[in-house]
Amino acid sequence: MIDLENVKKSYATGVQALNGITLHIDKGEFVFIVGDSGSGKSTLIKLLLKELDPTSGTIKVNGMNLNKMKPRAIPKYRRKLGVVFQDFRLLKDRNVYENVAFAQRVIITPTKQIRKNVPRTLSLVGLAEKYKAFPKELSGGEQQRVALARALVNQPNILLADEPTGNLDPKNSKEIMRLLETINERGTTVVVVTHNQEIVDAMKKRVIAMHKGVIISDERKAGYIQHAD
Amino acid sequence: MFSLASIATMAACIFLFGIFFCVVENFQHMVREMEKSVAVTVFFNEDLSQEQIDDIGEQIRSRAEVSDVVFVSAEEAWDEYKEIYFEEAPHLAEGFEDDNPLANEAHYEIYLKNVESQDDLVTWLQSVEGIRRINESAQVADVLTNFNLLVGYISIAVILLLLCVSVFLISNTVTIGIAVRREEIAIMKLIGATNGFVKAPFVVEGVIIGIIGASIPLALLYFLYTRLVNFMGDKFNILTGLLQFLPVNEMFRILLPVGLALGVGIGFFGSFFTIRKHLRV
Ligand SMILES: Nc1ncnc2c1ncn2[C@@H]1O[C@H](COP(=O)(O)OP(=O)(O)OP(=O)(O)O)[C@@H](O)[C@H]1O
Ligand SMILES: [Mg+2]
Repeated sequence: MIDLENVKKSYATGVQALNGITLHIDKGEFVFIVGDSGSGKSTLIKLLLKELDPTSGTIKVNGMNLNKMKPRAIPKYRRKLGVVFQDFRLLKDRNVYENVAFAQRVIITPTKQIRKNVPRTLSLVGLAEKYKAFPKELSGGEQQRVALARALVNQPNILLADEPTGNLDPKNSKEIMRLLETINERGTTVVVVTHNQEIVDAMKKRVIAMHKGVIISDERKAGYIQHAD
Repeated sequence: MFSLASIATMAACIFLFGIFFCVVENFQHMVREMEKSVAVTVFFNEDLSQEQIDDIGEQIRSRAEVSDVVFVSAEEAWDEYKEIYFEEAPHLAEGFEDDNPLANEAHYEIYLKNVESQDDLVTWLQSVEGIRRINESAQVADVLTNFNLLVGYISIAVILLLLCVSVFLISNTVTIGIAVRREEIAIMKLIGATNGFVKAPFVVEGVIIGIIGASIPLALLYFLYTRLVNFMGDKFNILTGLLQFLPVNEMFRILLPVGLALGVGIGFFGSFFTIRKHLRV
């Protein structure tokens, strides 16, 4: 499902963010990516979304080679992914409802369907009442949940979440993680970047640890359930 | 906010265009009126029968550049002459009654659709059998022809200039809009929006700016032009024979669609190509 082969990425500034990543994630897996600040986790997510291109190495997702993908095919590819950005990236001039609905409009969902899907997804992340609020009127944690709702509303087959609980209190964090687990159980491949050691330890999933652009450990914890391909 | 500014500038451009258009149209209208009065006159050989004259008339009439041919017989020519020169003393003319001094002055007055074609017609007439003399108003024709050309060149130059200015303005508006919304556009594209999806609002905005930017000056011009024509008609009715203004309705039958098309076109293409240039996320 997700295949990286000796992927390297250096930025124009000369920073070597990824230094030879080889990684395989199966369909239906739930994977944590951990590592210190600056170890290259967000860069990895950006490469998977084809927001950035690798300096070298190959990336294959959903059976498609991202290196060879034509520009016209990119929008279609991205629609199969749900992404929670570390900095949320909400549309500032639209309210919560519109931010989530926007993802649906992009894939040309009938308005009738949108009216059903958006409130349902917002209540999943616990934000049903705030649908009229604008991003600047929300706390960091609330914005984060809007971002998660937007990532989930199209029912992607891969969910990439960059620090989805970074701004949440322990109670909310646990709820969100439980939600991600439920989504994973319904068949979505979930990749979560996090600093939250407690949650990682508690959930007993596969954990990939990064340091200075390389993978230093990749453990399948006890309790990890392998889903059928 | 910036689109308000661009509506205003667009409106100013189309207003200028409109004024210019009115002036040119009226000039051309007046020139056309004058052209109508320009005629080539042909006289015949003395021994020509009326049948032969009619035949020449038919030939002339069949020419593409000819709009009208009027036959003036010797008697009519004499009547006209009398009216002009013997108005005060008609009895002086009576002595000529039975011996028309203009017996050989039967002629055709040929009116042209277009003064420019006068030279061609005269060349052809010279080759026609039975024609004694050709009077042409070469000077008037030349002046009108040159004037028409000049007006044509100036209008092309001014229209091009205004077009460039407007396209630049729209392009500027869109560029600012994109700069302001660069982050939003990037987000939309990361969620999987196609270029067309992202472009559409900008193009719609450009077209709306075009429609509003064209409607305001067109309405204003309609009002001003009506006032001007009425005013000129009232105050200078002596001149009305000379200064034939195009009526408002006739003017706007052309100006309205042209102005709107210009606004919409500039708005559409200006924004379409600008966003194409900038949309590389
Ligand atoms: N756009 C950029 N231009 C230049 N260097 C960058 C850019 N983005 C990231 N970097 C650098 O690349 C390295 C990896 O950054 P990245 O954002 O992937 O880290 P991270 O693991 O997500 O960190 P954090 O946990 O703080 O989010 C860092 O050294 C960072 O300074
Ligand atoms: Mg990061």
